Amino acid sequence: MQRFINNPDEVVEDTVKGFVKAHADLVRLSAANRRVVVSTAAPVKGKVGVVTGGGSGHEPAFIGYTGRAMLDAVAVGELFSSPTAKSFHDAIKEANGGAGVICLYGNYAGDNMNVKMATKLAAKDGIEVATVVANDDVCSAGPDERDRRRGVAGEIFMWKIGGAKAATGASLEEVRVTAQKAIDNCRSIGVGLAPCTLPAVGHPNFQIEAGTMEVGIGHHGEPGIRVEPLKTAAEIARDMCQIVLDDHGLAEGTEVAVLLSGLGATPLNELYILNDTVEAEIADRGLKVHRSLVGNYFTSLEMVGASLTVMALDDELKTLLDAEASCPAMP
Amino acid sequence: MQSFDNAGAGAIVLRMAERIVENRAYLSEIDGKIGDGDHGVNMAKGFGMAADRLKGADSSLAEAMNTLGDVLMSEIGGSMGPLYGMMFTEFAEAIEGKDAVDPAAFSAMLHKGLDGVTSIGSAKVGDKTLLDTFVPAIEAFDAAIAEGRSFAQALDALSAAAEAGRDSTIDLVAKIGRASRLGERSRGVLDAGATSCAIILTTLAEGARERL
Repeated sequence: MQRFINNPDEVVEDTVKGFVKAHADLVRLSAANRRVVVSTAAPVKGKVGVVTGGGSGHEPAFIGYTGRAMLDAVAVGELFSSPTAKSFHDAIKEANGGAGVICLYGNYAGDNMNVKMATKLAAKDGIEVATVVANDDVCSAGPDERDRRRGVAGEIFMWKIGGAKAATGASLEEVRVTAQKAIDNCRSIGVGLAPCTLPAVGHPNFQIEAGTMEVGIGHHGEPGIRVEPLKTAAEIARDMCQIVLDDHGLAEGTEVAVLLSGLGATPLNELYILNDTVEAEIADRGLKVHRSLVGNYFTSLEMVGASLTVMALDDELKTLLDAEASCPAMP
Repeated sequence: MQSFDNAGAGAIVLRMAERIVENRAYLSEIDGKIGDGDHGVNMAKGFGMAADRLKGADSSLAEAMNTLGDVLMSEIGGSMGPLYGMMFTEFAEAIEGKDAVDPAAFSAMLHKGLDGVTSIGSAKVGDKTLLDTFVPAIEAFDAAIAEGRSFAQALDALSAAAEAGRDSTIDLVAKIGRASRLGERSRGVLDAGATSCAIILTTLAEGARERL
């Protein structure tokens, strides 16, 4: 596979440098830390700061969701590797407007540790930090072990809702409760058709045999629940809806938001092909699609595949989802 | 002798860094079987950066461990940055200001490092992590001293137990971290963290032994 890279060890630096140039109206690089991207509006005095962080290679996540009524600062890790505790700490400091900081991140061992340490460091600075850990990936653990599930594209809804709630002037605890509700209302699934390669490693770290697909694959190629022969888009979309909605167990008439994201190397037209069936399936179950996002919102380098996230909405979530916001990934 | 000088023993950390850098490809290869294959890359980056800062400094063991811990914590993310970062900053704190490190101080150092690791991680022995190397190594060292054996013999016991602990991870199923998502598929290969931990502990024991 041919790539646009300079030095494989500098992929993250080079990405972030180009990113802040492309979106200079919305984001800047932290003066204190080259691995922290900050909204040009942050910190907003008296507003709860909203922070996340994660490994790189998922662009536009996580940095692309930095902006107005979105994330105030983002800690940037190596490809598929958690940012340092120092980067999370620096992001918290950049986002701090004096009303506390919420860290909305995904359930991975490294992120859990680094956020925990950053929270302790921030406490020494007198900054109160609350956390919400995303665990929307249905296939990463059973329904009785939801605390072990990974966070995936549902994080985007969590950030949108958390960012909007903070922008209303809500307290740290209010933002935490609402962001927690947002992620509790999200279920996601990924399907992988071909693997991805870390440039510094040079070969794929997992395999998907030609003619097969991995159902329930994680955002770094973590194995799913089954490998099976490749089906049609409509069949795959129906399987994805079934897994997500069976886990959800939503009452008829529930309004939902749908996020169908490519994993990096799937063309947009195929996402629309999937979405045609996804929306039909959701309607068949008596649910109402309030809003759909279809595009490359949360990728995994050049993995071929797609992820589906369904968030159940109530009045508060609907209002916050629709509230005005601005960030590079959701113009 | 039943102790070694803290002063000048920073060279042990430099040797540790050399061994980690030498094993860059090997550590990534075993990590790639059940993880994402970047363990060697990240470890070599962190230990290599620390070595660059330490070269020619003639540091004490405490100073060198502190530098290494800081670099791992502030430059290397993932899980290994904070875990080994904590281990080495706690090691450093335990022996800071001591002219000589005797078996009691060495044991206290190991325990403080272990406490640091367990305070941020949630793994237990048997979960197929670096603890499967670290915990039996400490137990073997303490047991040897309690039996009245010399510092040198206790260091040898530590190394042997670290290697046995590392090898024990082959038969374990990962319970934590990315590999845990594989369940039974994680059985049959070494854990990369347990392997790098064995390199660290055996190099530490070897360096201490030479200085007795």
